[in-house]
Amino acid sequence: MTQPNFAALNVGDALPSMTTEPVSRLTLALYATGSGDHHPLHLDQDYVRSKGIPDVFAHGMLGMAYLGRLLTQWVPQGAIRSFGVRFTAITQVGERLVCTGKIVEKLVQNGENCVRLELTCANEAGEAKHKADAVVALA
Amino acid sequence: MLIDKKHIGMKVPPHRVNLTAWQLKWFAKAIGETDPIYFDEEAAHKAGLPGVLAPPTFLFCMDMDKEHPFDYLETMGCDLGKMLHGEQSFNYYQPFYSGDTLDFDGQITDIYDKKNGALQFVVKEVKVWRQSELVGDLRSVMVIRA
Repeated sequence: MTQPNFAALNVGDALPSMTTEPVSRLTLALYATGSGDHHPLHLDQDYVRSKGIPDVFAHGMLGMAYLGRLLTQWVPQGAIRSFGVRFTAITQVGERLVCTGKIVEKLVQNGENCVRLELTCANEAGEAKHKADAVVALA
Repeated sequence: MLIDKKHIGMKVPPHRVNLTAWQLKWFAKAIGETDPIYFDEEAAHKAGLPGVLAPPTFLFCMDMDKEHPFDYLETMGCDLGKMLHGEQSFNYYQPFYSGDTLDFDGQITDIYDKKNGALQFVVKEVKVWRQSELVGDLRSVMVIRA
């Protein structure tokens, strides 16, 4: 992996974006297995209908995991200092998620050259599902 | 009913997780991860890592890996059927791998409400230790709808 270089980067630069496969019921079942989160809201259509919700929907942390992949495709994971997300909308079955990021600040934090990133996970229509930020240390 | 703010400062029952390559393999598959350091022990060793690397958000899964992951909300009398995940953040100090044993030590750090109590927010902060080494921390904001 060619690592991004602090001096060469500028505020406004974008990370390579990533678009996922459509989130399927199988995706949700696999995420339940991998994460240990078996909440019926994500798996059991009979349960969600009994709650007046039309269909199962994705775990919020699935979208954050996709944003994590956006980060680790850009830098080695050890460079990530912090990573936070706000969940703003529910991801429905069938939606592809488009993960994007850009540099919003160059800073020195604890003696390290870092960039602050603004990240978004949205559907293909541009509806933001998660808004996130991260601080990444760069040589 | 508003959650009693006396719970600010409450300790969450601590728990310990043994991180396994098996679990990480399934997580990697679920999130479409293709870099084998996240699911193949041999590839991780070849890359000079002591075990399969746990991806950034996996700390949350481990924090939830207990019999009653929302025990603290139950203690406060919250209806878990009305719970939403509002925010989640992490600070990372050390990477963590399959084979690690991690201890989760959490505390409620804030409780507040918006819209005249229609939405209540419970903030939990958790420190994650590998023996005496702090590897990361988590901050979770759960939202309880009226």
